[in-house]
Amino acid sequence: MAQGNNSIKKILIVAFSLCIVCSVIVSTAAVALRPAQQLNQELDRKTNILRVANLYERGMDVEAAFREVTPRVVNLETGEYSDQHDPETFDGFEARRDPASSRTLSGERDPAGLSRVENYATVYLVGDPDNPEQIILPIRGQGLWGLMRGFLSVEGDGNTIVGITYFEHSETPGLGAEVNNPRWQAQWEGKQVFDDEGALIPAIRVAKGSGSGDHEVDGLSGATLTANGVNNMLQFWLSPEGFGEYLAKFRSSVDQEDAQDADVELEAEGA
Amino acid sequence: MADANAKSVLTAPIFKNNPIALQILGICSALAVTTSMSVSLVMSLAVIFVCAFSNLFVSLIRHHIPSSIRIIVQMTIIASLVIVVDQILKAYAYEMSKQLSVFVGLIITNCIVMGRAEGFAMTNTPSMSFLDGIGNGLGYGVVLMIVGFFRELLGSGSVFGLTILPTVQNGGWYVPNGMMLLPPSAFFIIGLLIWVIRSTHPEQVEDNEFKMKHNTKPKEAV
Repeated sequence: MAQGNNSIKKILIVAFSLCIVCSVIVSTAAVALRPAQQLNQELDRKTNILRVANLYERGMDVEAAFREVTPRVVNLETGEYSDQHDPETFDGFEARRDPASSRTLSGERDPAGLSRVENYATVYLVGDPDNPEQIILPIRGQGLWGLMRGFLSVEGDGNTIVGITYFEHSETPGLGAEVNNPRWQAQWEGKQVFDDEGALIPAIRVAKGSGSGDHEVDGLSGATLTANGVNNMLQFWLSPEGFGEYLAKFRSSVDQEDAQDADVELEAEGA
Repeated sequence: MADANAKSVLTAPIFKNNPIALQILGICSALAVTTSMSVSLVMSLAVIFVCAFSNLFVSLIRHHIPSSIRIIVQMTIIASLVIVVDQILKAYAYEMSKQLSVFVGLIITNCIVMGRAEGFAMTNTPSMSFLDGIGNGLGYGVVLMIVGFFRELLGSGSVFGLTILPTVQNGGWYVPNGMMLLPPSAFFIIGLLIWVIRSTHPEQVEDNEFKMKHNTKPKEAV
C-alpha cells in the first residue's frame, strides 16, 4: 500500500484534492463570517471614538450613543468640509495610498514618519454639527515599532483637549503600550493645543519626565521613543499640514461667539 | 487500539504525559499569551479545537497520505483549521482576537499539533486520534491556565479581570510584579511546574546523560 501511495499519480491526486477541500473550507469560513467581522470592526471603531470623547461606558449601547456623533469629511488643505466624499464610507487611511487623493511628505515636513498623507480626512463631531461640543480627529504616526493609529478629541473651541486614545499600535506591552493606560490618558484632559490666539504651530508636547503647565503632558517612563512618536504625530496633525487650518476656523469662530455672549460688553463697544 | 484505552488516551496527556511539562513542546505560545487568564482560556480552546480536528482529519485520510508529502499534507490541514478558528474569533470574539493577534495564526507552528498529527494520528483510528487531540489540547490548556493564573494574579492583581489584590495604581495596597507581565516569568512558572509534576511523578525524571564530577580544584585546571 505504501508503494501505491507513493506513485506520482497518487501524490498529485492527494495533493490536489486536499488543496481543493481545504480552500473551499477556508474561503467558506472567510466569506460567511465577513459580515460579522465587519460589524465588529465598525463597532470597535465607534467604541474608540466614543472612548476618546469620554462618552463610553462599559456595556453601553454603542450604536445608540453614536447617533450623537456626525462624521464629516474635511479638506486638509483648506480646512473646509467637503461633499466630494461620503463621510459614512470614506476612509482617509485607505485614500493615502491613492496618488490622486494624497500627497507625499518628506524631510522636516514629515515629523511623524508618514511619507504619504491623504488630502481629505474624516472628523467626527459630537453634538450639533454646526457648533460641536467636541471634534474628534484621526491621528497616526510612527511609534517605536510601527504605525500607531488613534483619535484625538478637542473641545468645540478647537484648542482644549478632551482625550487621546490609540486603537492600533505595536508598542511594547508595559512600556510603550501604556499610551492606552487610562491614567496616562487622563492627564491630557484640559490641556491646550495652542499657546496663543493666532498661533498655527501646536504648543502641546509630551515632556520628558514630568510635564507641567497647560501645554505639557508627562512622558512615559521607559518609553521615550513611543512618547516621541506621540509628540511628533501631534506636531504634524495639529499643524497646518494636518488639521491646523480646520481647527483655526473653530478658534476664530469661538472668539466671535465669546464676543456675542458678552452682550453687555458688545453693546458697550458698539456704543 | 481498543476502546478500553480511550480514557487513558484522553487523560494521560493532562498530567502524566503533558505536552508542555514532559515533552517541552509549545513553549513559545505559552510564554506569549499567558499574561491574563481569559486570553489563556481562549488560546487553550483554540488549540484543543485545532488539535482534535487536525488529528481527526489526518487519521481519516492516513491510508491515502503518500509518505513523501505527509508533512505538508498535515500542515495544510492544520493551517486551514487555524484560519477557520481565526475567522471565527474575529467574527464572534473580536476583542479577544485583537489581544491574541498573531498568536492564533502561530498555532500552525505549534509543535504539539504537528507532533500529535505525525506521531499519533498517522497510526491510529480517527476516534482515538480525536480523543488524543482533545487530551493533548487539554494538557496544553491546563499548563496555560496555571501559568496565566499566577501571571495575572501577581502581575495585575486580578483573576479573569476581577480584582483580587487591589493594586497601588488603583489605590490599593498590592505592588504588582511587573516582571510577571513579561514573557520570562512564564519560563520560571513553567520550570517550577515541571519541578512539582516530576516530584509527584518521579518516573518522569530523566536519567542523567552524564555524571557530574566533584568540583575541580583550581590547581588541577592549571
